[in-house]
Amino acid sequence: MPRIWVFGTDVNTDQIVPGRYAPYMLSADDDVRRYAFVEARPEFAGAVQPGDILVAGPNFGCGSSREYAPLALKRSQVGAIIAPLFARIFFRNALNLGIPCFTADLREQLADGDEVSFDVASGTIGRADGQALHLPAPAAWMREVWNEGGIVPFYRRHGRFPSTGA
Amino acid sequence: MGQTFAEQILSRAAGRTVSAGEMVVVDVDLVMMHDSLSPSIIETLHTELGAERVWDRDRVAVVIDHVAPAATVRQAEQQQQVRRWVAAQNITHLFDVGRGISHPVLIEEGLVQPGMLVVGSDSHSTGYGAVTAFGSGMGTTDIALALATGQTWLRVPETVRVQAQGRFQPGVSSKDLGLWATRTLRADGATYASVEWHGVPFMHWTDRMTLATLSIEVGAKAGMVAPAGLTHSVPEWLRVEDEAVYSRSIECDLSTLEPQVSVPHTVDNVFDLGDIGRIAVDVVYLGTCTNGHHADMVAAANILRGRRLAKGMRMIVVPASSESLAQAAADGTLNILLQAGATIGTPGCGACIGRHMGVLAPDEVCLFTGNRNFRGRMGSPRANIYLASPEVAAATAVTGYITHPGELAASS
Repeated sequence: MPRIWVFGTDVNTDQIVPGRYAPYMLSADDDVRRYAFVEARPEFAGAVQPGDILVAGPNFGCGSSREYAPLALKRSQVGAIIAPLFARIFFRNALNLGIPCFTADLREQLADGDEVSFDVASGTIGRADGQALHLPAPAAWMREVWNEGGIVPFYRRHGRFPSTGA
Repeated sequence: MGQTFAEQILSRAAGRTVSAGEMVVVDVDLVMMHDSLSPSIIETLHTELGAERVWDRDRVAVVIDHVAPAATVRQAEQQQQVRRWVAAQNITHLFDVGRGISHPVLIEEGLVQPGMLVVGSDSHSTGYGAVTAFGSGMGTTDIALALATGQTWLRVPETVRVQAQGRFQPGVSSKDLGLWATRTLRADGATYASVEWHGVPFMHWTDRMTLATLSIEVGAKAGMVAPAGLTHSVPEWLRVEDEAVYSRSIECDLSTLEPQVSVPHTVDNVFDLGDIGRIAVDVVYLGTCTNGHHADMVAAANILRGRRLAKGMRMIVVPASSESLAQAAADGTLNILLQAGATIGTPGCGACIGRHMGVLAPDEVCLFTGNRNFRGRMGSPRANIYLASPEVAAATAVTGYITHPGELAASS
């Protein structure tokens, strides 16, 4: 069962992965995944399981353009990130890597450590008490990118940027 | 209907008239990549995207600024790989160790001009807005795609307008306006938006860079200072249009603005200096793309002239570029800083990212002229970082606690 990890507001990329733990700073055989929330939440990297869900307050991912912040979460196989507002560079980076980000505030409905079911296709979270939470549908072009596993596979397959209807 | 700067620049880059809210694919004028992310960008470009060459070798700028010079063998090795890649791709513009931080350097080199669309692998790429260019920070994959195609895709942003009135009091400068704006708009107040800064035609482009780099600290996609007063050549189509639509406008009366201080651990946690109490400081750090320019060193030197650092104080000055350093050497600024007891580092990002050249110990307090005071940003997560202007930095270096520059002037 995916576990919920709750974070606060204005979680910046220095909290997700401090610049001191960038791949640039690590030995070649090290993995940035080990440093996800290394100082902000030291137990995270060891305990996170594939499919776990991050639930945060507004402005998640603010700060640096470092893609290794969402990369560390992707390599942790985080199933989705849910926040009422994402910082734009983080949002782009996460989309490019194929990490589903849903814009919603679920901090009242979910608690840290909750175990839930999650269906990314329908955007439905099932709580242990049986209540279903429905996430707002992402834009069609966003889901296209998720379905391809990120912007690189998308671009290689289609030879263009996603169709945005503009 | 009139257009904002973002709409004007993105319309030109898209080849059609676009307005806020539209998604567009645009041609970029320049791609900047720095040492910290270049290894992953190069790998994504070749291994994942399968591209053999960059789209235009003249429109890529590679800058070794984040850890410069290298502090470990591993970094030195990665920088060596980047240099070899630049040679193999025959890329025209490499700015190596000591040339300085990408944002001022690319303007000094004339590579960034008003009206351009620039994407860079650094969030403070909004700094190109110092010369009214649309600069936007992106991550590894977006930059690799831009290198492969010469294009990117984005949403045309709404625009938040910051209007300044009047002139600063002595000891108050562009950093105070920038911090005031983060205080007013908050850290997410311009997320996905462009910020336009108006009413500062008297500012040199490096003072404008203070405002443009701070734009990302309110979440902005770009931050552009109106071109009035720029010595650069401004294209005829780039202008303030009366009918432009702004999603929000705020006004600041510079004549009543007090020195602002951003208190740990978020940039928008800003107070008037007079309201923070007596904060003892261990190290004053003057540098970064936000406030490490020649003018910033001069502002500090004007306060430090004939004075010495407080007992136990360290002051580290890291010029934003070799050009700023050379100017400071030529006009005597450097001597004043050295005689006061400051030390000078290699131009570049320095300790801003907590990697080398002055990282902080637990419980140390740093008065920093940079742009981020996030917990752990400059070293220990137990250190405290206060952001302020070069004037406040210099006054603080003399007294040992966060000090209004006027306090020193009065006593001298």
